[in-house]
Amino acid sequence: MSETEQLKGWKEIPIGGLILAPGNAREYKTGGWRTFKPVHHMDKCIHCLQCWMHCPDSAIKVEGGKFIAFNYDACKGCGICAKICPKKVQAITMEKEEK
Amino acid sequence: MEDAKVNNKTGQTTLVALTGNEAVATAMRQINPDVVAAYPITPQTSLMQKFADFAAAGLVDTEIILVESEHSAMSACVGSAAAGVRTMTATSANGLALMWEIVYIAASSRLPIVMPVVNRALSGPINIHCDHSDTMGCRDSSWIQIYSENSQEAYDNTIQAIRIAEHANVLLPVMVTLDGFIISHSIESVHVYEDAKVKEFIGEYKPHNPLLDLNNPVTFGPLDLYDYYFEHKRQQSEAMKNSKRVIEDIGRLFGQTFGTVYDLIETYRLEDADECIVVLGSTAGTAKEVVDALRGQGRKVGLLKIRVFRPFPETEIIDALRGVKVVGVLDRSEGFSAVGGPVYQEIRAALCARHDISIVNYIYGLGGRDIGIADITKVFDELSAIRKAEKPITSRVDYVGVRE
Repeated sequence: MSETEQLKGWKEIPIGGLILAPGNAREYKTGGWRTFKPVHHMDKCIHCLQCWMHCPDSAIKVEGGKFIAFNYDACKGCGICAKICPKKVQAITMEKEEK
Repeated sequence: MEDAKVNNKTGQTTLVALTGNEAVATAMRQINPDVVAAYPITPQTSLMQKFADFAAAGLVDTEIILVESEHSAMSACVGSAAAGVRTMTATSANGLALMWEIVYIAASSRLPIVMPVVNRALSGPINIHCDHSDTMGCRDSSWIQIYSENSQEAYDNTIQAIRIAEHANVLLPVMVTLDGFIISHSIESVHVYEDAKVKEFIGEYKPHNPLLDLNNPVTFGPLDLYDYYFEHKRQQSEAMKNSKRVIEDIGRLFGQTFGTVYDLIETYRLEDADECIVVLGSTAGTAKEVVDALRGQGRKVGLLKIRVFRPFPETEIIDALRGVKVVGVLDRSEGFSAVGGPVYQEIRAALCARHDISIVNYIYGLGGRDIGIADITKVFDELSAIRKAEKPITSRVDYVGVRE
């Protein structure tokens, strides 16, 4: 659920909690769950792609074998990428989410 | 045993000697549900056994799912109703308790499942006889609850329940209750309507967003957190409110088709009554006998039978009790609220604006304890004493038929 989406009233939604449109999971922005967000430091990154391999939400965009960006709509802020980033590299840090 | 009579309006009605369970099974045969999933439990067992006989004899097209528990029975019903077919089950007491989780899910998924419940005391100590502790326990589950006075009503209510549950303004599951053994196992004369007439009355089932409509895929039972759960509950409240009018309309239509009109409540000799007993289920029949006897002695007594407990017919009850001065509410379950049984609390709340009325509660009949003419006469005598201020109200909640 994106923060800007207008929530609907009880008369406007299907009864029984039914979802009438298929394949709408991609509309659900799990990024809203984060309390800490991963921040990427390109100058330190060695593009080993350990983060990409371990990200449970496929929230890391890679092109041509290189780290491009986080998909913050999908990233739940679990911190696995920062943990797996080699100690000598430390190209990902977790920072407190601020509104 | 069978005495056929022809009525111009209803077609052929056959008077048959049936137990309450057989009467309900007969209604189910005529309804011919697509799926029935059930597990045996006394005193419901003979109901489903009879229905299984009908299925074995090829008299219904029903797919009977034999499950390993009532939790599974209601789960199978949820699946089947969501798939988009007419679905029924039946249970009693601890069976209903084991269904509990799924009872709520059926209602909140807005699945029009119809379930006869043969009322039996909840354990423990273990007991197989009638009281209303099972269905009263799930009065807040968003199931419509219709209580039956006798086999005929259990049969009639089951037929009506299908149309009520499936009505587009309702789409809630319905429990039809009948008192365990007292109704379920006693043989009474029941007017059975023509199969074709019943089929015509309930009509063809048109499911709401069925899961098996592959051209319009839907999701049932998704996670529903603080952003939408409340809105779905609000919809359920509205459906329950809507159902009142639907139950009245279908009760009237039923009368036009089969001869007996049904309403949310039934009043018996209440017009000028000073004292009134409020009761539901089979005890209403006994209480009517007492009312007749006391009326014969010139006493102004009457009866209010609640047929539909959910939705609660508040305005109708306020209207019906307008002239009454003392009300005795009979509860066949103990709510353990320490301030009276569930029916009593609802009646008190409904009449909270009345300062000229005394309302007292009598818990009775727990675990199948018999209640007879003498017990109910004694209650009326007490109500009369309260009205004449001969007896001060020392306790608003009393117990009928328990040993001190």
